[in-house]
Amino acid sequence: MPILFEMHSLSASYGANTVLQDVNFTVNENDFIGVIGPNGGGKTTLLKVILGLLKPAKGTLIFNETLLNGNSIGYLPQLSTGDVNYPVTVTDIILSGLMIGKSIFSRMSSSDKLKAHTVIEELGLTGMSKSNLNELSGGQIQRVLLGRAIIGNPRLILLDEPGNFVDTTFENDFYEKLKDLNKRMAILMVSHDVGIISSHIKSFACVNRSLHYHPSPEITNEDLLAYGCPIQLVTHGDVPHTVLKYHK
Amino acid sequence: MEPNIFQYGFIIKGLLGAIFASITAGLAGTYVVSRRMVFLSGGITHASFGGIGIGYFIGINPVVGAAVFGIMSALGVEYLSVKQKIREDSAIGILWAFGMAIGIIFIYLTPGYTPNLMSYLFGSILTVSRADIIALGVMSVILILYFGIFYRTILYISFDEVYARTYSSYVDIFKYVTTSLVALTIVLNIRMAGVVLVISLLTIPPNIAMLFTRVYSKIVIWSIIAGFVGTATGYVISYYAGIPVGATIIFTLVIIWVLVRITTLLIMKLSKRRN
Repeated sequence: MPILFEMHSLSASYGANTVLQDVNFTVNENDFIGVIGPNGGGKTTLLKVILGLLKPAKGTLIFNETLLNGNSIGYLPQLSTGDVNYPVTVTDIILSGLMIGKSIFSRMSSSDKLKAHTVIEELGLTGMSKSNLNELSGGQIQRVLLGRAIIGNPRLILLDEPGNFVDTTFENDFYEKLKDLNKRMAILMVSHDVGIISSHIKSFACVNRSLHYHPSPEITNEDLLAYGCPIQLVTHGDVPHTVLKYHK
Repeated sequence: MEPNIFQYGFIIKGLLGAIFASITAGLAGTYVVSRRMVFLSGGITHASFGGIGIGYFIGINPVVGAAVFGIMSALGVEYLSVKQKIREDSAIGILWAFGMAIGIIFIYLTPGYTPNLMSYLFGSILTVSRADIIALGVMSVILILYFGIFYRTILYISFDEVYARTYSSYVDIFKYVTTSLVALTIVLNIRMAGVVLVISLLTIPPNIAMLFTRVYSKIVIWSIIAGFVGTATGYVISYYAGIPVGATIIFTLVIIWVLVRITTLLIMKLSKRRN
């Protein structure tokens, strides 16, 4: 399986505050990795480093330049980064995913607009192309932002807490959609909620200052030690979930 | 009776002033309203009054003094809010009053001639010079080109700055340049609407447009139209009633907002009943 990027003994910090320390992490093509860990444990920081928003304090991050570089990664940030009341349409938001690699002078071509149209259809947002985000439900907003992340057809997408604004009606559909997308792109999905991590995930990375990679989709007690506190999985009837395994 | 040359010049000046004021205020105002920078813009306006006072004191064109103060305070607040050394709203509040204080101090320290404070605070078409109109005209062209060429870049940075940073290294430059242009727009429109009222010239037209459209580019166009109707009507009322022009413009714009609001509500009710 071709490697997309590798981190070697990477550390990241905000000023004197070290958030990630000595991280070794490799992401391959078509991976579907759930990134879990406590709040403030460095999950979002990990994404920021991959996106080039934060320079590593120590260590290296090497991209497989033939498959991707720091600029060709799809990104679905936490909802709070955008203003839902901003007067921008769904079509224009999705089109902004194509700004990667365009110059500041660039305009959107008709083939760009066709791509946006296709994504809108594909994500079940038909009829909402001219809406603003404040007219949509949480699940629909999430799809718009997913659309922005995938319109450029990247080899890797980073999803930051997509479960945060899921409404249950959309939840299953959304994860089905991710499973589908995983055939063409690797997915790195951050969640602080173990319960919300879907059954489609192929492997886990536990982040709490350090990073522990677990190649199987089962969460063990050992993984949960990273949280430093006992965790209880709370779920209703039909939500797919993984039951924790006891240590022998 | 034939209108005499002074009346004719006055009409031309008023008409050009209205056109350029509505173009600049429409473009800058839509940005300000969408990015929720209304309070910051109020701060810039009042801080620039300090520049007006110093301009009088040292004997340069007060608009130049105001421009320097306006841009410096705009960049200062953007910079401070990024560094998060001080709460942004507190910084603006301090700047707001400090600029006014400096302005008043220097105007009173200026020997001999005390300019008509009222014309700066509330605007006066009589004090608008040919140079002011030309400056507003040039500003209109600059803003049309700037927003026209960089439309998507500006739109996306102000919608979601964090995301924009993932693909562009120009985010900060665009923020600083756009905010500076907003500050210049405000300063050039002070002659028309006055320090106290100019912020409404920027904020009311986009809010009128947002009653019936939520597409950024359409908000700009409708803001310019609404701004022109409000400004032109305000002139006429100001001329015949002898009231400061800033006040009549803002009054007209608010009336337009109310009328459009009522109309859109009625249309919504009617279309609901039909369904």
